[in-house]
Amino acid sequence: MSVLVNRDSKIVVQGITGRTGLFHTRQCRDYGTNIVAGVTPGKGGTVIEGIPVFDTVEQAVTATGADVSMIFVPPPGAADAILEAAAAGVGLAVCITEGVPVRDMVLVKRSLADSSTRLIGPNCPGIITPGECKIGIMPGDIHTKGKIGVVSRSGTLTYEAVKQLTVTGLGQSTCIGIGGDPIIGVDFLDALCLFNDDPETEGVFLIGEIGGAAEEEAALWIRENMKKPVAAFIAGRTAPPGKRMGHAGAIISGGKGKAEDKIRTLQECGVRVAASPAKMADAMIGAMGH
Amino acid sequence: MNIHEYQAKEILRSFGIPVPRGRLAMTADQVERTAKELGGRCVVKAQIYAGGRGKAGGVRLVADPEEALQVAKDLFGRKLVTHQTGPEGLICRRILVEEPVEIAREFYLSITLDRQSSRYCLIASAEGGMEIEALAATSPEKIHILTIDPFMGLRTYQARKLALALGMQGSLCEDCVRLMMNLYRCCLEKDCSLVEINPLVITRTDWLLAMDAKINFDDNALFRHPEYPELLDYSQLDPLEITAGEFELSYIKLRGNIGCMVNGAGLAMATLDMLNEFGGAPANFLDVGGGASRERVAEAFKIILDDPDVQGVFVNIFGGIMRCDVIAEGIVDAAAQVGCTLPIVVRMDGTLVDKGREILLASGLNVDYTNFLADGVEKIVSQVGKLQS
Repeated sequence: MSVLVNRDSKIVVQGITGRTGLFHTRQCRDYGTNIVAGVTPGKGGTVIEGIPVFDTVEQAVTATGADVSMIFVPPPGAADAILEAAAAGVGLAVCITEGVPVRDMVLVKRSLADSSTRLIGPNCPGIITPGECKIGIMPGDIHTKGKIGVVSRSGTLTYEAVKQLTVTGLGQSTCIGIGGDPIIGVDFLDALCLFNDDPETEGVFLIGEIGGAAEEEAALWIRENMKKPVAAFIAGRTAPPGKRMGHAGAIISGGKGKAEDKIRTLQECGVRVAASPAKMADAMIGAMGH
Repeated sequence: MNIHEYQAKEILRSFGIPVPRGRLAMTADQVERTAKELGGRCVVKAQIYAGGRGKAGGVRLVADPEEALQVAKDLFGRKLVTHQTGPEGLICRRILVEEPVEIAREFYLSITLDRQSSRYCLIASAEGGMEIEALAATSPEKIHILTIDPFMGLRTYQARKLALALGMQGSLCEDCVRLMMNLYRCCLEKDCSLVEINPLVITRTDWLLAMDAKINFDDNALFRHPEYPELLDYSQLDPLEITAGEFELSYIKLRGNIGCMVNGAGLAMATLDMLNEFGGAPANFLDVGGGASRERVAEAFKIILDDPDVQGVFVNIFGGIMRCDVIAEGIVDAAAQVGCTLPIVVRMDGTLVDKGREILLASGLNVDYTNFLADGVEKIVSQVGKLQS
């Protein structure tokens, strides 16, 4: 077991013939991901790397039974790509694209509320169930099948945590990079719910950062509902207010979204918070009671 | 992305929102002439990329053109320090001269993104002129928030309800409804992450007027707004941040002496936190991104070294898509080009880390190398510390 994706997931890649799309399609396939189709409008009927390319997601789904979409479409077309994936009925759309305008995402988010498609991202590394299925841009080799669910707003900071979890032998059940934008699909709460119900996940590591109040919401939910130990790390304790720290969503505005508030709320709700990014696995071990 | 008040007002006016009569002046002489044109008495407003100008002496009511000239001479080139600028302040190079307005009542009005609902929301209060954050802290009940369904858009009946809640009546209330509708149109068409009128006033003669305005654009929407870059005032930005922007690097100048190059925003933030924790002081935030080329890494490294405050550099890379050998080559290129003699500590892990280490160690640069994050942080802090003593 794992959450959202596994060895049976059939992936269609939107934007497969672009440079980035093709590079990561190869990487994912080499990892063992079952990539069944690609979509690039205007290139339907061609074959790339042995993968059939279609003009629309609907055609790809009809022909191959794809149930997950990995999206590498550039920002101007990214919102459309997500909506197209949802219209074609894929269960999960993973949007890696960075730089999607907020106005577009407001509409996408509203639209997905009436749909059964889940969105991960945008501006995220993707999702991986180690040893089974990698959908995204994370380095596959640092992951090991194991018992910790990882959910994160960051990319490389997640790799840091994953490596530590691998080294300490805890491993990962599934890692979900939810993305660094102010409007995202699957959020901390959704991921926590999924991990809570997944028999293979024994603990959860949550990586947050300044901006918004998603970590606080997650903390309160954990206190009321979580059956498994949770540890966390929050980046940006020393970030200056009013500055956008790389991620579109990472900004302290009007005194809200500070790391210290997030850390305090998490701790008050029983979450063990790592003091340093070098000690993330230690915090997880501590939370597991080892 | 920030723009000036006068630009925000020009945009609002183009969307049918009334603003005071006024002109932008780039010289004291222009300020004086504008004052004459406006009849003598006028408001002189320094244009900087920060709020809180009033308290810093950047907004002044003057009685005649002579006083306007004096105030302008005083303001141009002056560094204004407000609670939003930080101690380094911002230099005033543009002045907005406006007609004085007789105010009967003041309001607050803005549209911004509500992250919780993933929708735009219209925020209004009858307590104008105050900072909304301060008001939210002391009297949240005085703030009215309307979350806008993007499928429906803002409807006039919703705007009317809000205007009535602010105490507007009769035709003034209808003016306010129109203004709110226009504000929402402006927010969408211009891809604003914030459009704020504070204060929105009712004049003694019963007109609505946007007395002060602030607009922030969504940087991600640049591709459909070729007008954005033309609106930028580079004098308000750090020169290194401008250069970084040209290379699509995310760079923010900080106040310390340890230059930092990291891949990934989250890891970059965490690295700054760790440096601080170990007693170090980062000179910058710099995210080189996920798939940077050798050239981009070199440019990033040069930007760091261009900062005169930097006394040592810490590189923290977790190679995923970004290969460690590419990073190493970029660092060696840049250091050779600028003749860097500062201590450099490189922490790398991940893809092709061994090759990256070999390149660095063979380069002859003053490089200390480690695989471990805490080790690297400790090393750079102690080396830069040693330099100072």
